[in-house]
Amino acid sequence: MIKSYVRDIITGLGSLLTGMKVTIKVMFTKGNTVEWPRQTAQLPEKFRGHIMLVPNESTGFAKCIACGSCVRACPSNCITVKGAKPEGAKKKSPTLFALDFTKCSLCGLCVESCPVDAITFSRDYALVDYSSKPFSAMNLLDDVASPFSGGSE
Amino acid sequence: MISEITLIRTLLSILGITVVVGVNAIFVVWFERKVAGHMQYRLGPTEVGPAGLLQTVADGLKLVSKQIIFPQSADKPIFILAPIICLVPVFIALVPVPFSATWQAHELDVGLLLVIALGLLNTLGILLAGWGCDNKYALLGASRAVAQILAYKIPLLLCILPIILLSGSFSLREIVLVQEQSTWFALYQPVGFLIYLIAITLETNRSPFDFAEAESELVAGFHTEYSGMMFSLFFLAEYTYMLVASAIAAILFLGGWLGPFLPGPVWMLLKIYFFLFLMMWFRWTFPRVRVDQMLSFGWKILLPISLLNFLITAGVMAAL
Repeated sequence: MIKSYVRDIITGLGSLLTGMKVTIKVMFTKGNTVEWPRQTAQLPEKFRGHIMLVPNESTGFAKCIACGSCVRACPSNCITVKGAKPEGAKKKSPTLFALDFTKCSLCGLCVESCPVDAITFSRDYALVDYSSKPFSAMNLLDDVASPFSGGSE
Repeated sequence: MISEITLIRTLLSILGITVVVGVNAIFVVWFERKVAGHMQYRLGPTEVGPAGLLQTVADGLKLVSKQIIFPQSADKPIFILAPIICLVPVFIALVPVPFSATWQAHELDVGLLLVIALGLLNTLGILLAGWGCDNKYALLGASRAVAQILAYKIPLLLCILPIILLSGSFSLREIVLVQEQSTWFALYQPVGFLIYLIAITLETNRSPFDFAEAESELVAGFHTEYSGMMFSLFFLAEYTYMLVASAIAAILFLGGWLGPFLPGPVWMLLKIYFFLFLMMWFRWTFPRVRVDQMLSFGWKILLPISLLNFLITAGVMAAL
């Protein structure tokens, strides 16, 4: 009886030490915390944010030719495109490219259907606001240079 | 007649103890949250002040500004008295604690006895809190605290007795000075040291023995009904009791302010915070045990072993 009493105490103490070893090890390992506003997590390569227009490398204007393929491909009808020919240009350029992100399901059919690869997914995931208004008509032309801004805005 | 020097010493001691209690609470709460965070793959407070150091100050200000709610059926005088009874004794308990050979508020021949006796008043405060607010959870928590006291206080005293035999004094300063001649008493009394560590986690109501406030069973235990500043008084008392218990542990077993190179008070504080860290380490490692487990642990394991430890020490000392 004394034997098991002593054995219990020793094995009990041992188990306590095992537990304490675990916590002290964890204390000196680096955690997985990403301090959000200052650091951002590594996004996966094929991350899908809202769509954005790809600029032409030389001019900086949108590659988009305002053909309307994406508007037709979109199952949720969330893209609106209007286009016109800038003076002296052969192809059309968009004068309006609005995305209703509140309806978008990020299916990617617009990206696939674009004949000139002018649409891609952005890596923007910090979309926060007090109402849905800023996302119901996102003007994607804001991020690319416009061929129309030379003369009159 | 009180001499001028005594008066100045008294005033400085009052100031010093108040500052130690306040700063210790602010620091230890921050330290505990940091330790807890890092032990759980988190960071702990980082935002307020450098490395979140001012987080406790912000929390304290929030608590001060909150309304104190009195339950309708509460026994108001007892309800108000309870946190005060919890807090005041710790201020007195710091009086005989030496932080170096000269840094001591007042030298008492029976300093150790005074600290032990004042440590018991904490339980009285908890009992009053549980009784006064007329809440079943608070009463259950308080009754647990009272049931607990016998399970740890006797082993605690039984592992302090060999130290008194070794040093031949109840004065905390004398006990350290004796260790200067020989060596740390933890080396003579490893079993007593271990039991003392367990007993002070019980005494300060710390996890894995935090029955009196067991969040998952009793809402918040004895301070369920307390809010605002009255709650923070309990909080302050708890962390100061931890400080006192760690200081006594450092003095009894690790030679108080003794140590090479660094000045005395620095060694003392290092040893105190070593014990505080140990208690945090316990808290964030072990799950809470059941009340009956704690009682049988106290009576069947701590008590016989500490008694045996005491008898062996006394026998060896008599034989030498």
